[in-house]
Amino acid sequence: MSTTCQGPAIDVAGLTKTYRTGRGAPDVRALDGLDLTAAPGSVLGLLGPNGAGKSTTVRILATLSAPDGGTARVAGHDVAREAAAVRRAIGYVAQRPVTDPMGTGRENLVLAGRLQGLGPRAARSRADELLRRFGVADAADRLVKTWSGGMARKLDVAVGLVHRPRVLFLDEPTTGLDPEARAAMWAEIERMASGDGMTILLTTHYLDEADRLADQVVIVDGGRVVTSGSPDALKDGLRGDGVTVELDAAHGADLAARAAAGVPGVVDVAVDGRTLRARADQGATALPALLTALDAAGLAVRAAGLSRPTLDDVYLARTGRSLAEANRAGAREETAEAAA
Amino acid sequence: MSAPARTARPARTGALVQAALLTGRQARQGMRIPVFMVMNLLQPMIWLLLFGQLFRSVIEIPGFAGGADVTYLEYLTPGVVMMTAMGGAAWAGTTFVQDMERGVMDRFLASPTSRGALLAATMAWYALLACAQALVVVGVAWLGGARFPGGWAGVAVMLVAVALLSCLFAALSGAVALLTRQQEALIGVSQLLTIPLMFLSSAVMDPSLAPDWIAGVARFNPFDWAVVVARDALQGFADPAAVWGHLALLAAAVTLMGALATSAFQAYRRSL
Ligand SMILES: Nc1ncnc2c1ncn2[C@@H]1O[C@H](COP(=O)(O)OP(=O)(O)O)[C@@H](O)[C@H]1O
Ligand SMILES: [Mg+2]
Repeated sequence: MSTTCQGPAIDVAGLTKTYRTGRGAPDVRALDGLDLTAAPGSVLGLLGPNGAGKSTTVRILATLSAPDGGTARVAGHDVAREAAAVRRAIGYVAQRPVTDPMGTGRENLVLAGRLQGLGPRAARSRADELLRRFGVADAADRLVKTWSGGMARKLDVAVGLVHRPRVLFLDEPTTGLDPEARAAMWAEIERMASGDGMTILLTTHYLDEADRLADQVVIVDGGRVVTSGSPDALKDGLRGDGVTVELDAAHGADLAARAAAGVPGVVDVAVDGRTLRARADQGATALPALLTALDAAGLAVRAAGLSRPTLDDVYLARTGRSLAEANRAGAREETAEAAA
Repeated sequence: MSAPARTARPARTGALVQAALLTGRQARQGMRIPVFMVMNLLQPMIWLLLFGQLFRSVIEIPGFAGGADVTYLEYLTPGVVMMTAMGGAAWAGTTFVQDMERGVMDRFLASPTSRGALLAATMAWYALLACAQALVVVGVAWLGGARFPGGWAGVAVMLVAVALLSCLFAALSGAVALLTRQQEALIGVSQLLTIPLMFLSSAVMDPSLAPDWIAGVARFNPFDWAVVVARDALQGFADPAAVWGHLALLAAAVTLMGALATSAFQAYRRSL
């Protein structure tokens, strides 16, 4: 087993995938030459807006879906030619819930363990262990359909872990969770990642999540890698400071963006609601100039500040739009598709 | 999770054990919906009562198969048994649809779970359910005065036919579910396919009394094969060759449909 772990745990090169939707609708190029690698034992964060191709990538890596081109190896095995070996090495937690709502938490875990090859006794004790570890032991014997969203998502992850996979895929493990449940999930993922040399590929459209959990972040958009690196390296790669201005009213957004863009030394301006974000080589001189320009444009400012670049700024600098904006655009496309 | 634990690669669970585990899951799911179980027992009773009353006197039509020594209830019982089995199994794909709507199917397919086991579990659960229903129907018919000279051997052979017919339609329903991913498509199977098959058979009416083409179609109707087997077995094996021949045909159809449904998993994957 150690022999297959020497190379990267995940190694993807030039992955392409086009969905033919038919009925006159244009084909969707979901992946457009995607590359990524993950070292054994690391957490790789695949960060991108809705529709970026994150789930498509994970489905291909989990042997569920076949790419049109490119190669992908997981735990040393080719996903197309050695699918059975890949399936024995991975755990897969889809974006949708992966548990059976008409089964109890314990039943879900024991069945998953048995299907993955654990004996009856091992599956039962592993289920107990995971139920305790994820703090859902009290609900163990209740049907999953009665569980809260946060608890059910924890169970999803536990089901993916039941056989101690070498590579675990988590597709948006915290989307839709309330802040408390998200924090609990983060703590759990951090614990898994540090514990036992498991490689985790985590997809997310939350910048803070990628920043906190991932050793390496790959930012994807439109089926391509926009940029990648450790969160710190990505931030260090941006010169200058982040400038954030909280406007008094959202209706002046366009005016504010134009005013800010005219200030020397201020770049990458984006306005999201009341919040104006930009970067400046010399934050300390740019900020007063920016405030003056906004004042001249007749816009009242509520608060302003400088910050070290965040992944937000990295995203903005690389794609020209804020991730929140991209997510809304992605969500609009999806609803339009669903309506069509 | 401790580091040493990872060195023990889990043993593999064979496809048969997987099928048994998944059948257990289906059974638990089914039993947790009491309405489902009650409906499944009420349905055949309604058939028995309805057709038993409606067609009570068809037996007196000259030329009706079975003739004077068979009551209409005795004639009808194997028909109702098979109508129940086919009607139930036509919905077997529901589990697949639900599993596909959630990520359960994707999780199974990304694991070492055998596709054959996933299908076999659905077939097995519907076969078991239909066998239990068949015993209830025969028991109620017996209480209603029907007598079956085939005895326990006849009942046993009937159950084999029930299981095969259930497997056939469970596989068909599963394949339709995998190809369409829609519950609505299963309504199509149940309304557009099974109801015509019921009436193009000897289930409630002797086809020799109907237009010739109906008898012709019935010869190629797997539902009718099962009815013929059960009726002849319950009536005491007057025509053993017909019993075994039709059982063999049913088994062949199950094999074929099972293979088709297993390959439908491939079609589902391509749609991802
Ligand atoms: N099964 C499918 N059929 C057709 N289009 C799809 C399918 N799955 C995804 N897509 C499209 O491919 C693109 C990438 O989707 P996805 O991988 O789900 O993105 P993400 O997970 O990053 O939100 C989107 O435009 C989406 O609408
Ligand atoms: Mg997704």
